[in-house]
Amino acid sequence: MAKRKTPMLDELEKGRWPSFVSDIKQEAEAREKTKVDLQTPREACDDLLGLMELSYEDKVGHWKHGGIVGVFGYGGGVIGRYCDQPEQFPGIRDFHTMRVNQPSSYFYTTEYLRQVCELWERRGSGLTNMHGSTGDIILLGTTTPQLEEVFWELTHNLKQDLGGSGSNLRTPNCCIGKARCEYACYDTQHLCHSLTMEYQDELHRPAFPYKFKFKFDGCPNGCVASIARADMSVIGTWRDDIRIDQEAVGAYVGGEFKPNAGAHSGRDWGPFDIEKEVIDLCPTHCMAWDGNKLKINNKECIRCMHCIDTMPRALRIGKDTGASILFGAKAPILEGAQMSTLTIPFMKVEEPYDEIKELIEKVWDWWAEEGRNRERLGELMQRQGFGKFLEVCGLKADPRSIKEPRSNPYIFWKEEDVAGGWERDIKEFRKKHQK
Amino acid sequence: MGYDPSNPMKDRITDVGPRNYEEFLPPIIKRNFGKWLYHEILEPGVLVHVSETGEKVYTVRVGGCRLMSVQHIREICDIADKHCDGHVRWTTRNNVEFMVDDEAKLKPLMEDLEKRKFAGGSYKFPRGGTGAGLTNIVHTQGWIHCHTPAIDASGVVKCVMDELYDDFQNMRFPAQVRISLACCLNMCGAVHCSDIAILGIHRKPPMVDHENLGNMCEIPLAVAACPTGAIKPATVDGKKSVAVNNERCMFCGNCFTMCPSMPLADEEGSGVAILVGGKLSNRIKPPMFSKVVVPFLPNEPPRWPQTVLAIKKILYTYMEDARKYERLGNWAERIGWERFFEKTGLPFTAHLIDDYRFAYTTWRTSTQFKF
Repeated sequence: MAKRKTPMLDELEKGRWPSFVSDIKQEAEAREKTKVDLQTPREACDDLLGLMELSYEDKVGHWKHGGIVGVFGYGGGVIGRYCDQPEQFPGIRDFHTMRVNQPSSYFYTTEYLRQVCELWERRGSGLTNMHGSTGDIILLGTTTPQLEEVFWELTHNLKQDLGGSGSNLRTPNCCIGKARCEYACYDTQHLCHSLTMEYQDELHRPAFPYKFKFKFDGCPNGCVASIARADMSVIGTWRDDIRIDQEAVGAYVGGEFKPNAGAHSGRDWGPFDIEKEVIDLCPTHCMAWDGNKLKINNKECIRCMHCIDTMPRALRIGKDTGASILFGAKAPILEGAQMSTLTIPFMKVEEPYDEIKELIEKVWDWWAEEGRNRERLGELMQRQGFGKFLEVCGLKADPRSIKEPRSNPYIFWKEEDVAGGWERDIKEFRKKHQK
Repeated sequence: MGYDPSNPMKDRITDVGPRNYEEFLPPIIKRNFGKWLYHEILEPGVLVHVSETGEKVYTVRVGGCRLMSVQHIREICDIADKHCDGHVRWTTRNNVEFMVDDEAKLKPLMEDLEKRKFAGGSYKFPRGGTGAGLTNIVHTQGWIHCHTPAIDASGVVKCVMDELYDDFQNMRFPAQVRISLACCLNMCGAVHCSDIAILGIHRKPPMVDHENLGNMCEIPLAVAACPTGAIKPATVDGKKSVAVNNERCMFCGNCFTMCPSMPLADEEGSGVAILVGGKLSNRIKPPMFSKVVVPFLPNEPPRWPQTVLAIKKILYTYMEDARKYERLGNWAERIGWERFFEKTGLPFTAHLIDDYRFAYTTWRTSTQFKF
């Protein structure tokens, strides 16, 4: 039986969508009965429900601000959390989170998941997030003495490390990539894993002005949101021609294949109209359909993916694939939200990824030198200018990096740009121009 | 064996990184890695991916809660062991995907998933979240585990998804719809490019705990944290503290992030803002930010009726009015924001007009408006 009544939370057991309240109750019940030698308070889940009920009554949270805890030698991966009503809810007096670095694209064997479950039932609350916003497996709630114990078991028994938190490299994340997607322009999983391994020190030991995120999208559809959420967004693209299977185009036109892989089948949109649904919606109008043959002027294509998304059996990404690299995205705190800015329009993505690593390290060096405390890369880019950023990256200005040229004429010319330099003699000037 | 607190450095292992994903790929995925030709959504929540080798992998996608107990994960493992040779994956939006290598294995898997319910009556594994429908809401911790939230997260998501459940299991929208929730402006759930974003905001300036601030906070950091320069050092009753110019406060909560002695959350002051029209994909139109269309709704636990209602109004107006393939934000831009407010019935107030850094870029500087 539940330790205390939770009438408000019980309302969240109703309805069809999976109820997290029912799930926590199920865990609470299992903890009450289990013969496992629990190393954390048996009533942790019950107390968490009690605290949540209190928050539902008060309409405010009941966790204290922060708390510096961690595992020895690491500056991240553990988020300290203390309840602000410890007498009432002793089972969650300290209830720290551990971030566990997920495998690329969240594929698991049940063997591994059961190991995680066994560990977290015994040494934690038995509650997790699958997954946190950045991508980690979140182990939600344990006591201070358990942190080292969990870390020891993770590293020794599960061969598994923690993820990032604080002013360091945050756990990198990627889309499903070539594992199960025909649009993947490079191996997102491999690049994500390789860079995660390469930069373990940056991930575990905070040495940056603030957080730094890598995210790897395999194509411009952007399933892992890198353009909005990553300081460095690597987005797959190609630079040759879209591959066309004319026969399959005909099959879409003839109604044999469902457009957009069947994504609109819940409603009668009428028969597929290639002119209206593909040709006219092409943002650069680089496509034509003569009733027989589809033509694409690939030179004018901006690879938005719409035609490919709409007719995936007829159109395929090109063969000369790689990635666009963009920098500087972040959520609104503090100067306002930013999306990443296109910095390198195209780069081949090939092992051992030296070109990408060189670029990353140039950017980090500049940011470490110039960045203010808690200044994200995108904010520094704004403060010092995109021209400066290009200089740091060793890149020439490219019109593909802008939406439009500047409309103000306030160009910060440098002395070396100007013939004769800036040193002039006012006396010489006065000889020709009276006061 | 195991960790020895008296000798913490003994046999210590660090920097091993995550497990290599290759260990975890199902055999059919490994065999066809990089060889996929195309995919199709057979019905809501069921996909087939076809490889150039001729092999097909069938995926059943089900919604999940971000918050999951180990009991529940073990149940997922049981299902994966029974039907999927011990393999399973999650998506970036808290969905769970079960994959099988034979169409004949689909039906038993789907039937198994469908029948499972929590003791309270809700479904454990609702199938859906594909195509031009609603997929799962990504969200943050809220009251369950965060110290800065303005709203709860899991509870609000549950209420919204209960109401929109049929559209998780259907594909009748003009395009995909992504709803996201962040329980404060820190947006660890980065909701700023979502079709519909539910955002926790504050409306009362920080309370200053003068008694303790000097001991709990680095005053220069608290001062520097304020984007509008509203905080300055002050001595109150002989104690070092700060003073807040309330007129200049924009309620971002950044000071509280740096200083525990300046809490903002409040029963009446904190609540929900709704933003719409963002997207991440480059498809047709470029990615764009979400815009605030509801400045504030109160916290209404346990079922947040006003928030749910506002989202339904927006979503179903869009569904009726938008063209095929048009994302919510592209629809709003095409019809014009004056029409958006008219059609959705949401009130337009001065709160919705930008007055921060780049405000002017959002003002209309033409005579091209609609009556």
